Amino acid sequence: MEKTIFQYSSPGRIGVALPVLDVPETAIPEQFRRKEFIGLPEVTEGQAMRHFVRLSTMNFSIEQGFYPLGSCTMKYNPRLHEFLARIDGLAAVHPLSDDSTVQGTLEIMYKLGELLCEITGFKATTLQPAAGAQGEFAGLMLIKKWQDERGQGHRNEVLMPDSAHGTNPATSTLAGLKVISVKSDKHGRVDVEDLRSKAGENTCAFMLTNPNTLGIFESSIEEITKIIHDAGGLNYMDGANMNALLGIVRPGDMGFDVCHLNLHKTFSTPHGGGGPGSGAVCCTELLRQFLPASTVEKTEEGYKLRDRMGKSIGRLLAFHGNVGVLYRAYAYIRTLGPKGLREVSEVALINANYMKARLKPYYEVPNDDGPCMHEFVASGAEMAKKGVKTLDIAKRLLDYGFHAPTIYFPQIVKEALMIEPTETESLESIDAFIDAMIAIAEEVDEKPHLVTDAPVNTPVLRLDEVKAVKDLCLVEPVEHEE
Amino acid sequence: MSIFVPNGKAQQEQMLDVIGVGKFEDLLTPIPESVHLKGELDLPSPASELELLKEFKGFAAQNSSSNLVCFRGAGAYDHYIPSAIDNILTRSEFLTAYTPYQAEVSQGTLQSIFEYQTMIARLTGCDAANACMYDGSSAVAEAALMAIRATRKKRILVSGALNPRTIDVIHTYMGNGDFEINEVPFGTDGLIDLEAADQLAEGGVAALVLQYPNYFGSIENVQAAADLIHRHKGLLVVAADPVALGVIEAPGRLGADVVVGEGQPMGVAMSYGGPYVGFMATNARLLRKMPGRIVGRTEDRAGNTGYVLTLQTREQHIKRAKATSNICSNQALMALANVIYLTLTGETGFTEVAKQCWHKSHYLHDRLLETNGVTDVFDVPFCREFVVNLPVSAEDTASAMKEKGYLAGLPMPCLGDGAMMLTATEKRTREEIDGFVEALDQYIRGAV
Repeated sequence: MEKTIFQYSSPGRIGVALPVLDVPETAIPEQFRRKEFIGLPEVTEGQAMRHFVRLSTMNFSIEQGFYPLGSCTMKYNPRLHEFLARIDGLAAVHPLSDDSTVQGTLEIMYKLGELLCEITGFKATTLQPAAGAQGEFAGLMLIKKWQDERGQGHRNEVLMPDSAHGTNPATSTLAGLKVISVKSDKHGRVDVEDLRSKAGENTCAFMLTNPNTLGIFESSIEEITKIIHDAGGLNYMDGANMNALLGIVRPGDMGFDVCHLNLHKTFSTPHGGGGPGSGAVCCTELLRQFLPASTVEKTEEGYKLRDRMGKSIGRLLAFHGNVGVLYRAYAYIRTLGPKGLREVSEVALINANYMKARLKPYYEVPNDDGPCMHEFVASGAEMAKKGVKTLDIAKRLLDYGFHAPTIYFPQIVKEALMIEPTETESLESIDAFIDAMIAIAEEVDEKPHLVTDAPVNTPVLRLDEVKAVKDLCLVEPVEHEE
Repeated sequence: MSIFVPNGKAQQEQMLDVIGVGKFEDLLTPIPESVHLKGELDLPSPASELELLKEFKGFAAQNSSSNLVCFRGAGAYDHYIPSAIDNILTRSEFLTAYTPYQAEVSQGTLQSIFEYQTMIARLTGCDAANACMYDGSSAVAEAALMAIRATRKKRILVSGALNPRTIDVIHTYMGNGDFEINEVPFGTDGLIDLEAADQLAEGGVAALVLQYPNYFGSIENVQAAADLIHRHKGLLVVAADPVALGVIEAPGRLGADVVVGEGQPMGVAMSYGGPYVGFMATNARLLRKMPGRIVGRTEDRAGNTGYVLTLQTREQHIKRAKATSNICSNQALMALANVIYLTLTGETGFTEVAKQCWHKSHYLHDRLLETNGVTDVFDVPFCREFVVNLPVSAEDTASAMKEKGYLAGLPMPCLGDGAMMLTATEKRTREEIDGFVEALDQYIRGAV
């Protein structure tokens, strides 16, 4: 346990030396002046470093171990990129600089857009969305705008499978569209007949993750996207699972009209404990005119930032996107090249299928219908009957030194354990994880308390989430000073 | 085999054998042949670390903006970033962790967010804060949507003295056709016209959104705006500059219901606009309406203090179409930069940064007004930023200053051809300010 930073505070301490004021002072008018102390801690740099380093040691990270968090593509993040994004000439640049003084950044943005178009099979890109969910919003608004422009503004329904990521329905609501849920068939794929019966004159768009959230490729994808096109809608691909498809299949070649990419997943930019990500959106020529403000064009006078609204759906952020993240994604694609990118997906698929094959004797894999893609969903339903929940299994994995898979998602699988190894894990670390999973399966039968009591080897024991809500404490209470 | 893939041919064959297929292509059977990519992607061939480093240094050399002495703000500010921040941010444990879904192995991230929430709440004068938003502008838009949920009214008033980019983002976020956005004009003093706001609020509105200090640097009367909108049963959303709050009163203490803003000035590189981080704080009555992640303190099974993501029933992964927002990934690492910045500067240092920004921008302002033909556009107290009218084109002046090594203030064509908005942070020295004013003076003399 580590004290809070406020508990190290003592008046007069400071962690950074500032230059002495070298201009005359101007009085701050009394009516505007801040009346009370802010309540910030007062510590030295050494105390601050010790505090944050101690905190860091209570985190698990990809650089410490295997992180098979399904749908999150926790792959290794190259260290070179941290250096590149911090080069002064790239980091110390004001966002409202004249184009002629930021040609380097604009060139990277332009080239990254081109690379992403090639990878996805699309024609145009916006790099503005800050994360996948914002990319989804941009994508749906593009489609909505297109429908409006062609006099089909009444179309207010988004179809999506019942296995969709939570952001898909939430984004639809934000875009003012109604969610129509499409059933999954017994293998976890879109029930094509159900889709056909629900697509119609109110269909604005269809949102699909492919491979889907069960890690299964939608084999009827051409028929699916055609059903939507025939009904007058456009197809949106949630690119969260793009790590399965690099150099193998392109969204644009499957009948999709627009997709977002999670640069912080597939293109290896670090997740930073929850962000920043980047949800770049790629689309067909048809939708280019509606892209958000802040796109880069190449002209005879150099690269230009097109920073105006026009027919655009608008602006998602004040400036031009998570540019520092874009630098890293560009460097990643440049490091790998076409063969390297395809190898990423090939090995991601082999690793996932290997894990599925080895774990299947011990954990049920519902919806198993031949090879999975880059991830698969196991179920702890059998163990739940013995009184050990999937949550317990996840916590026990922490004791074994691994991060847990994604649990309880997708909701269509009972006690779901969604496992994604990624391509950057070695056979040795994958085997070690599988051995731990098998050991836990045995513990469930022989010593279930070891699992239900877990974790015990972590900085804290299992935390009480109910108490957190009941006795809500979101900030450190102010000490009774003065 | 790339440097990121440890399983080479030998391991792959061994694994394919366990899977029970003869070759990799057998794993692709679920993918119809007709959609397979024929041939390989048309991408540049791989670059080594050395080559990439050279390429990036070349890009950096093309960014002459990074060498200019910066007097431009308008939403992004050139502050000093203490070196200790990057030391922490690049630690594997913070940099390469995912969202803290498994709390027991994420206490570092969770406790630092708890401390961040505390500092943001204290800085803004509110009861609670969330774990952060994408940036200041999207935070404003989310705050407007939050007010709509809380009041069940579908109309908002937006100050015309709000950063126009933020107004764009509000329109984009609220562009689904369900909502009405009315802009409240600003007066000749550059302050929001409260009488006009009063009239526009007739019939009920969800919120009045204003900026403090506003886009032009003028210091709005938050208390009067709060009283006004509360009479109409609406909420006051204030978009505040965090550094300014080191010297001017916290909006939460002046009646603001939701305080949002851009966290970039607190230890985050300008980086051509991102990644930045938005903050959001509110009072106890409204905190369950907040979007985004929130961390709460609790106990483990042995009674030890610990931290978890809490109030998750507001969020998309549980509430789906009925969630308070679609936000999932946020800008956590930048929020960590904020909390380290606020820790290192601390009470004394942060206030000192705020005071130096006040004094230096006023010094710059006063020196400019001594220059031939330069006048004030608004004659009210300002903080952080101000607008002057040059006797020459502001665009041309900015171009000329670029050649002299300065990133001049932002031309403001909406306020006139000569209007320019400027700022000076604690990083600017007297010598730099004097040099800039002199260069500007010379340019004006030559041009008039």
